[in-house]
Parts: sequence; C-alpha cells; structure tokens
Amino acid sequence: MARSSSQRDDWFALYRQMLLIRRFEEKSAEMYALAKIGGFLHLYIGQEAVAVGCIDAVEEQDYIIAAYREHGHCLARGSDPKAVMAELFGKVTGLCKGKGGSMHLFDVPRNFMGGYAIVGGHLPLATGLAFAVKYQRRPQVVLCFFGEGAVPSGQAHEAFNLAALWSLPVIFICENNRYAMGTPLEREMALYKGVTERAQAHGIEASRVNGMDVLAVRAHIREIVETVRQTPKPFFIEAMTYRFMGHSMADPAHGHYRTREEVEEARKHDPLLLLKQQILDQALGTEADFKAIEREIGQIVNDAIAFADASPFPAASELYDDVYAEPTSS
Amino acid sequence: MIGTYREALNQAMREEMRRDSRVFLIGEEVGYYQGAFKVSKGFVEEFGPQRVVDTPITEAGFTGLAIGAAMAGLRPIVELMTFNFGILAMDQIVNNAAKIRYMSGGQLAIPIVIRGPGSAAHQLAAQHSQSLEAWFCHVPGLKVIAPATPRDAKGLLISAIRDPNPVIFIEAQLLYPTKGDIPEGEWTIPIGQAEVKRVGRDVTILAYSKMLLLALEAADVLAQDGIEAEVVDPRTLRPLDTKTIIASVSKTGRVVIVEEGWPFAGLGAQLAESIYTHAFDALDGPIVRVTGADVPMPYSRPLEDLAIPDRDRIITAVKQVLS
Ligand SMILES: Cc1ncc(C[n+]2csc(CCOP(=O)(O)OP(=O)(O)O)c2C)c(N)n1
Ligand SMILES: [Mg+2]
Repeated sequence: MARSSSQRDDWFALYRQMLLIRRFEEKSAEMYALAKIGGFLHLYIGQEAVAVGCIDAVEEQDYIIAAYREHGHCLARGSDPKAVMAELFGKVTGLCKGKGGSMHLFDVPRNFMGGYAIVGGHLPLATGLAFAVKYQRRPQVVLCFFGEGAVPSGQAHEAFNLAALWSLPVIFICENNRYAMGTPLEREMALYKGVTERAQAHGIEASRVNGMDVLAVRAHIREIVETVRQTPKPFFIEAMTYRFMGHSMADPAHGHYRTREEVEEARKHDPLLLLKQQILDQALGTEADFKAIEREIGQIVNDAIAFADASPFPAASELYDDVYAEPTSS
Repeated sequence: MIGTYREALNQAMREEMRRDSRVFLIGEEVGYYQGAFKVSKGFVEEFGPQRVVDTPITEAGFTGLAIGAAMAGLRPIVELMTFNFGILAMDQIVNNAAKIRYMSGGQLAIPIVIRGPGSAAHQLAAQHSQSLEAWFCHVPGLKVIAPATPRDAKGLLISAIRDPNPVIFIEAQLLYPTKGDIPEGEWTIPIGQAEVKRVGRDVTILAYSKMLLLALEAADVLAQDGIEAEVVDPRTLRPLDTKTIIASVSKTGRVVIVEEGWPFAGLGAQLAESIYTHAFDALDGPIVRVTGADVPMPYSRPLEDLAIPDRDRIITAVKQVLS
C-alpha cells in the first residue's frame, strides 16, 4: 500500500509537471495573440515528456542547458511560473528582468544555465560546464537539450569530440521532433536514420528512447545519470518526439511541410494521454483526480498571467545595467 | 627586470595560475609544444595537463567550452593561435560570451580572457595578417586590450585575468621578442587607462600595439625638425579612456591616428568620432588617419610594405596636420 501510494504521488507529480507546461504554453499562445508576448515564441507542446522525464532523473546540483524551445525545461526545473511568464511579457519581475525573453530563460539558482537561440551554439557551453565540474571534482552532471536540427552543425561535432576526448560528464539529449522549422529529417542529414551513430562516431555511447513516454524517458536517463556520476563520460540520447504546434507562432500548426493527417496521427501519442492511461491502467487514480489537477494547474497559470500582467516593465534606467560585471576584490 | 613581451605574458599568466587554481590555459599547442609562439613556456611542466589544456583544432568548440567553464566558476584563459582563427570562434565570443550576462539579467558573469596575436608579421599573406580589433570593439559586453610594451602587457594581462568580464587581449607576433622593463611581483594596470608615452606640445599621435613603436620612432625623427609630438597609447580599446586622449588633444589641437587595420569602419574612425564629439572646439584642423591599405594582405614583400603603415607615412601625416 505504501509503495503504491508513493508510486501514485510520483506518477501524478510527473503528470502535473507536464500539464503545467501544456497549459502554460496554451495560455502563452493566447497572450501572444493579444500581443502581451512579442518576438519569437516556440512552443514545446507535444514534447513535454522529454524535459519532464529527463529533469526528474537528476538532482538539484546538476546543470541544465537548453535551446530556445525551453519553457518546458525551465518549468520542469521548478522555476516559478510567475517569473517565467513575466519574462515572456518582458517584465522586470521576469526571471531575467525582461532582458532575455522566451528564448533566453536563465534561472541560475536552480542551475538552469540558459536558453540559446543560435542552433548548435550551446553544445560547447554544455561541454564547458562539464569541464568545470570535472576540473573541480564535483559530483554533478550536465543535461544538454537540443533539437535534431543542431546535429549536423559543426559546433555540435566539436562539442561531441571534446566531451568524448576528455571524458566529460555531459548527457546530450537530442529531441528528435522530425523537423527543423520546415525541413524534415530526411532533408536535414545524410544517414538521417542514424542520428545516434553520429555521436557513436565520436566514441560516445548513444541510445534511443520513446520521447512520448515520460516513464520510459526517466528510467532511461536515471540509469545513464548513475553511470555518469560514477565515471564521468558523455552520453547521447535521441528522444523520439513530435511537436504538435508550428515551429513558432509565425508557423501554422501543420504548415506546408507536413500534413494535417500526420499531425493528427502524432497527437494520438500525446505524452499526457499516455501517462494518464498508464495511471488509469494501474488504478492509481480516477477521472476525478485529473479534474482536480486541471483546476489546480489552471489556477497556477492564471496566477502567472495575472502576475505578469500586473508587473511593471523595466525602467529605462535598466537599459545599460548588466552589460558588464563590476570587478570585485577576489 | 628587463625582459621580452613574451616573457611578460608568461609571467602574468604564471603568477595568476599560482595565485588562483580556477585559472587555466586552454588552446592549440599551449602545453607540450610550449605555445605556438612559446608564450606558455614551462607551463605544462609546472601546472600539469589539467590546467594547461592542449586542444584539437576546434576554435568554436574550445572557446565555447571555456565560456561554459566560466559560467560554472572557472577563470579560463583561451589562447588563440592567432586571431585570424578566432574568426571561427566569433559565434561563441559574440553570441555567448558577450551576451550571457545581459540576457540572464545579471545572473551570470563570464570571467574569461581570449588572447593571442593579431596583426601582420612578415609575408604571411591574406589569411594570417589581419588586425581585427574593430570587430571585437564593436560588441558591448566585451573589453578589448592591445598592449604595446612588456610592462603594459604584464600589468594588463593580470588585470584581464582578474576581471569578471570577457576580455579580448590582442598581442602581436612581431612584439613577442621586443624588450623592455617588466615590473616584478604584484603589478597591475587598470583596464581602460591610456598612457602618454611621450610628452609633446605640437601634435597628438594616437597609436596602439605594434603601431605605438612606429609612432615613437616617428616622434624622434620629427623632434629633429623641432616638432614635438605627444604620443598617446590607449592600451585598452574598449572601454576607451577618452579623458586622457581629450586632455592631450586639448593641448595640441592636432591629431594623427595610426592603426594597422583597414580604414573603412576601422578603429581609427571610432577614435576620431570620440575626439570630434568631445573636443571639436579644441581642434585646429581635421584629424588625419594612417591605416593599413584597404586590401587583403599581399604576400609579395614590396606590396606588403605598401599595405602596412610605416614611420615615414606617420611623419608625412604629422606634417600634413601641421600645415
Ligand atoms: C545557426 C542558426 N541558423 C539558423 C537559425 C534559424 N533557426 C531557428 S530554429 C531552426 C530549426 C532548428 O530545428 P531543431 O534544432 O530541430 O529544433 P526544433 O525547432 O525542432 O526544436 C532554425 C533553422 C538559428 N537560430 N541558428
Ligand atoms: Mg527539430
């Protein structure tokens, strides 16, 4: 009984995290339409199981770094939804005081080391976080998330080689959602069926996981994290996933590069539906439980919107702050 | 002590690495080869390969790695074999090192030094002879230093290593063997401080890095004609010490700016703008620039000589502003 109630709490915690991301982003899309959010907005809807499963498998001291589709990773890390939404609104109460925006979320107290918008450019940074960890003999690991579109880039391969060459504790998590903007996998890379083999070519152990199944993702990453923590070395995971929405708000949900049918088919494998089914199958919860969670999450998201809306924009005096750090005597 | 520019750099890094275990050196051939230009001579023997890290030929990769390490609390010194190859690391320098503090709303600092030789040596041709300081100076979030003497090289490199920001530290291949005084022990020069290298009343010559030595030679020749040039070395190119520059211009009223880089959108254009903005009334005539030729560097020696400023061109420019 004790075991199954802790399993229940655990599975619902995962569900709650994924639902938070889903509802947070649906609301973000609405706010974008209302011009409360500007710039580029890349939604993670459909891919939630990857961030939630992976980040649940690591400890607070571990580093997370991601690309520009990173609201999910940041929320899964436990960042305050209010501060994240305020950042999307460009408000001074945002995670980065409104200076980063959707693509550049940083929450350093949580070791969330940023979202980056140059495809491939943050893989060397991840390798550097891992270098520092090893240099100082700290028991941390680095999770580095990126899209499959980054894999053909030169910077990615430089990072893979350095990580392998120096046995650095970085886990590269390639979220293969089958598209880089409008370019499908098979037009992105030669040997597109062998994304993992590209990492293996550098001497990195690599494996594939169903990125729609949060339990499978977490179990897989847990095992790898344990290994890496004991013996620092890189790993490469290809998480097979799919984005249900357009590349960004500028791109309609299915676009010209994929069919409505394809998107609908993929939606049948919605990670939220899958986990819900797993919970129901194991009789760990009822429809009433899910309704209650919906209400709870709805409230959190509404509070985040209200907070972001009520918050002030940064003062003009903020413009020149944070360009340089002040020297301290050290 | 008297020593070379190369020794001054070696001392600065060695002293800082002894003082602070977070400081490490990373780049191509910095370890067992002793540095492509022997700047890190003896380092791998003293500090070991964990702190003197030889890399594969992957400028974007290892510069990015160093930036990541700085985010996690280390203080990397990246040696670029030359700044020409630093172009491959431009994405990391401009899009990451210079931006992360601002994008994160001040949550992170990037204490990193990226150093190596810039500018021409002898007949290295178009891909190995570039003066790219204006590229870096353009970017808020970076500091840029280009010292000319062993004394300045040591004092400024130590300050750069201790600075909590990304610092681009541009040396010059032809300066490595040049000799001068190297203060021993704790010796720092604040970043952002120009120095009057020669006092004069008739004209201000602004010159940095290798061009400073030419400017001083030109000033000696001009003195024989009774022209007293004041030679000012900004030393730090960003942030620029406009105060010292303006003080000199206010005294002389005439300015020659010398740089080895290309003229169009070059650093001298910025120096001139700073002077026109802050000291227009002090000027007795237009500023004259002496720059590298607006061409890729030719290999052939006579052509190369034409493409790089020399002493006589500086003298001619001074006479022009005085006429
Ligand atoms: C170096 C670089 N080139 C081009 C772009 C424009 N761009 C932004 S996202 C993107 C597609 C990336 O696809 P992928 O890595 O698979 O990530 P996903 O959007 O699928 O999450 C492109 C081409 C960029 N941001 N950076
Ligand atoms: Mg993709």
